[in-house]
Amino acid sequence: MTRKSGLAGFLGQRWAVLFLLLEVIVFSVIGEGFFSLNGVQIVLFYGTSLFLLATAETFVIVTGGIDLSVGFIMGFSAVVSAKLVAAMAVGGMDPLPAILIALVATLLIGLLPGLLSGFLVGWLKVTPFLATFATGGIVYGVSLLLTGGGETKGVPDLANVIGNSYFMYWAPGHGLSFFTRPEVVRGTRVLEIIPSMLVVTAVVVIAAAWVLNRTRFGRHAYAIGGNEDAAVRAGINIRRHYMVIYTASALFSTLAGLIYMLEYITGKPDAGTSYLLDSIVGVVIGGASLYGGAGTVWGTILGCLILSVLETGLRMAGVPTFDKFIAVGLILILAVLIDQFFPELIHKED
Amino acid sequence: MGYLLEVRNIVKRFGGLTAVNNVSMGVSAGEVVGLLGDNGAGKSTLIKVISGVYRAEEGTIRFKDREVEIASPMDALGMGIETIYQDLALAENLNTPANIFLGREKMKKSLGVLNVLDHDYMHEESRKVLEKLDILIPSLRNKIKALSGGQRQAVAISRSIYWDAKFLIMDEPTAALGVAEQKKVLDLVNRLKDHGIGIIVISHQMHDVFSVADRLVIMRRGEKVAELVTRQTNPDEVVSFIVGAETVRK
Repeated sequence: MTRKSGLAGFLGQRWAVLFLLLEVIVFSVIGEGFFSLNGVQIVLFYGTSLFLLATAETFVIVTGGIDLSVGFIMGFSAVVSAKLVAAMAVGGMDPLPAILIALVATLLIGLLPGLLSGFLVGWLKVTPFLATFATGGIVYGVSLLLTGGGETKGVPDLANVIGNSYFMYWAPGHGLSFFTRPEVVRGTRVLEIIPSMLVVTAVVVIAAAWVLNRTRFGRHAYAIGGNEDAAVRAGINIRRHYMVIYTASALFSTLAGLIYMLEYITGKPDAGTSYLLDSIVGVVIGGASLYGGAGTVWGTILGCLILSVLETGLRMAGVPTFDKFIAVGLILILAVLIDQFFPELIHKED
Repeated sequence: MGYLLEVRNIVKRFGGLTAVNNVSMGVSAGEVVGLLGDNGAGKSTLIKVISGVYRAEEGTIRFKDREVEIASPMDALGMGIETIYQDLALAENLNTPANIFLGREKMKKSLGVLNVLDHDYMHEESRKVLEKLDILIPSLRNKIKALSGGQRQAVAISRSIYWDAKFLIMDEPTAALGVAEQKKVLDLVNRLKDHGIGIIVISHQMHDVFSVADRLVIMRRGEKVAELVTRQTNPDEVVSFIVGAETVRK
């Protein structure tokens, strides 16, 4: 897995790249305003949660497992962080410190489900499917208990300001400004460039890709997924590795939940449940093998873009979003068939 | 000069079954000894005692003229006794350098702080060790999956050699290989001799054993029934020892 082979592996997914281009072309023709700065940003905005959950899924799938808890952990994180912020705000704390404390605390709490899954898989040899399903169930139950089944209210508006801010703004006469909206005369058009939460997501995704591709930890994850026995005999501590992998997955999912809370200033137990299917499909389209040992974060992001463009494109074209699920199912079948019958398109030797 | 590796009076029991009964044998540096016997003769148990998987109830192991304790596979590896099992223990989804360095990756500093894999170093070192052993792998960047059975065997062997193996135990090295591939692996075993490595080869293929082994140790029902110099025997005689006809005749 050298730098070159990473690139070649990426280009080896030609079909996915072509499919994405095709999608963009089709939606640009049939959907008004799709091919615009705004359209792109909507695609990426929908993508942020998916990118994070699918990156989490990639870590686990590379080691030959699967994580069914990512969506539940995202909801759990949204609920916990919203509860914490609301409680502190009611207690009279200023919004900013309350939000910051809640974010950090939730990130720490979010490690727990990952540690549980990692312990079940690494130490007790529970199949990842069952281990993460159990963890997800527990986490979902706790979220429901915390909220009584509803939403969490009382998050200060500042959260919304942070969650929906942009990395850059451009207004005539003001030039570029970062993170804060320039004061302009009413009616002046302000160009909003890149949502801040997308920047956060991008940083995390780039770091995750780097870890998987360039570090010993990443290398060992591939080795475990390829041949667990060989990894053990090479002296790799696979228990600890599973622990870290599942904890990292939980951390990415928790981050997705925090972003959700900031964007929607609420916490819902099922905030992330609809992303589970998409996150796994994204990883599979991205060229990972569910048997482990293959897959890259960049491939996964490509797979997610296909899904995200589909979602946004259908919506902008006025197609009911229910159809999206059917389309995702069909794309998954396509990806699996290509993997089955034309493996050289994906697992191209470099 | 004495043996590089010597076992004396090894006894290994599993419950009431004596899998290895009072077996002694030795291998010199640069020598290949073929270990032969039918299924259940105790060959595998004996090599697992040497590689640290099992502990013998009785007997001693001497390595480099010293008595040693081999309590675990890690002990054996630490001394430079490597076992290459039939399944080779390679991660097929990774390439050759990644496998040679698996678990012992060379790192370098990136931007002065971050520890990253040193791909260039590992690639270069892999190339050197393969060259030293005259092994031809089309491209080191190919995943193991894309290599033939013989090339995989060669990668597993070069990994051992790179990490300074002094003694190799090879379990059925030519099983599941085509004829041309078998020859390449056997040639490689012969080259390893020139590097002063002691080797035990377990094989069912009489032809293999006769083409690489200097001596033959034959086991039957847990006991050593014969020790022969390859050049002074023939396959018929060996087979009769394996099945027990020779002892019956006596």
